[in-house]
Amino acid sequence: MIHPIPPGTRDVLPEEMRELRRLEAALIEVFEGRGYGEVGTPALEYDEVLTRGGGRGDHAAYRFFDESGELLALRSEMTVPIARLVATRYAGAEPPHRFCYVAGAYQAVSPQRGEMREFLQAGVELIGAPAATGTVEVIDVLEAALDAAGLGSAVIGLGDADLYRDLLSELGLADEVRDSALARLAAHDLVGLEEELESAGVASERVQSCLALSQLRGGPEVLEQAREHDGAAVTRAIERLRDVNEALGSRQDGHRVQFDFGLMRDLGYYNGAILEVYDPAVGRVLGGGGRYDGLMKRFGLDLSAAGFALYLERVQVARVEERRRGGGAR
Amino acid sequence: MSEPLKLAVPRGALFGETLDVLDAAGVDTSELRGDSRSLIFETPGMTLVTMRPSDVPTYVEAGAADVGVTGKDVLLEQGDRPVYELLDLGFGRCRMVLAGRVGSNRLDESERSLRIATKYPKIAERYFESTGRQIELIEVKGSVELAPLVDLGDGIVDLVATGRTLEENELEVREEIVECTARFVANRVAHKLRAVEIDELTEKLRQAAQG
Repeated sequence: MIHPIPPGTRDVLPEEMRELRRLEAALIEVFEGRGYGEVGTPALEYDEVLTRGGGRGDHAAYRFFDESGELLALRSEMTVPIARLVATRYAGAEPPHRFCYVAGAYQAVSPQRGEMREFLQAGVELIGAPAATGTVEVIDVLEAALDAAGLGSAVIGLGDADLYRDLLSELGLADEVRDSALARLAAHDLVGLEEELESAGVASERVQSCLALSQLRGGPEVLEQAREHDGAAVTRAIERLRDVNEALGSRQDGHRVQFDFGLMRDLGYYNGAILEVYDPAVGRVLGGGGRYDGLMKRFGLDLSAAGFALYLERVQVARVEERRRGGGAR
Repeated sequence: MSEPLKLAVPRGALFGETLDVLDAAGVDTSELRGDSRSLIFETPGMTLVTMRPSDVPTYVEAGAADVGVTGKDVLLEQGDRPVYELLDLGFGRCRMVLAGRVGSNRLDESERSLRIATKYPKIAERYFESTGRQIELIEVKGSVELAPLVDLGDGIVDLVATGRTLEENELEVREEIVECTARFVANRVAHKLRAVEIDELTEKLRQAAQG
């Protein structure tokens, strides 16, 4: 008899499970070794808690009522549950707090796309450490995690979440137009962005500057190239990224980091530094993170925060593929 | 040294002009112009993969192709696929329209929901939603002009280049939804990791498309 399971879910058989466990253990060893204690939180939370954290209220995809009529939701990531945990359990403790996790999370999928509804994430949260030092610590942990996972060719893209929101406001756009332009940028629809800004009456050279800025990505030299573009938001983003670059440089080679003025992540709670992880062996983003200094406040604790999460199954695919290609020649 | 960049080339209506713009950008497409049945062509510095235009976003999203060319109609219909849209190539210009039978007023009806046949269900749905009208959507795969002629639907949403097919079937354009042209798209990861190559190709294509 064949008994089906829902699309976007899967069984894991022993051979793959062993590999996944080895990968998990290697990552946890890195995290714990740097003082990040592993935590677990329930897969089910009150919907109100998850929506409190997200800028996008629709983020949790699976909601239902329990037997007493409470609205519950399956978590779609771990940052908000850990923010809840810190606010509840560590309110009186001296920051910074360092936590790590390997956990299942749940998201809606488009049908027949090879996307998973249930997937594993591994990551860290550093709560109560301010920008530059905190950001650099998180990047440092991420680099070590990628090494431990055997992803010699993986690259960390580093950008600034506030850049375009502020830059577009500087251009004097109405909120509605600005948000629509931001959505174009997040989708990296440059053709649509150009049309949108031009029809909003933005001067042609400012439009071209915005477009060119979003294509600026590469080594520390792009921090210099970005100076050609006007705007207080640009200057501030350059300064922030330069601070990170300097802190990284004093520590190690920093080869994995690519500065990216076009980086946008759509989770509502980010501000300041944002990051994404890419590997040439996989066409999809392996993970992401950044700063979310405003998130803890929504849970009643005024603490800065940063972190990242890796999609474990994708990391596993990249690791196998990199090994097949003859391993991370860097 | 990494593998050559993989570029998805759409077969069909956009094929010829895609090859022309690639030639102008310095990509050798002579092999694709023959009558070879191959789907993959190795050229110096680049691998060209040919496919249906509607498959281009699928290959590019997954990174099976690093970059590609396809119509805006395809990108709108598959808007949930995260690919980067880098350039309007300007050719393959056509219009997505709402069309109905000549002389029929069924599309003007406002008291009941319209039945609309289309190969572009998402574009049609979004358009009627944005104009506050309710429709019953009928998805067809082949010649959609047939639908209103045999009373499968009050009208159609379809792509129109010259308008001759509509005319021959006694249909006429009632509303224009959006104008579509060919676009140059890139995979998210390739756009980051192969920035220099992709930027160079984008710039060459921009000049070729303008020239």
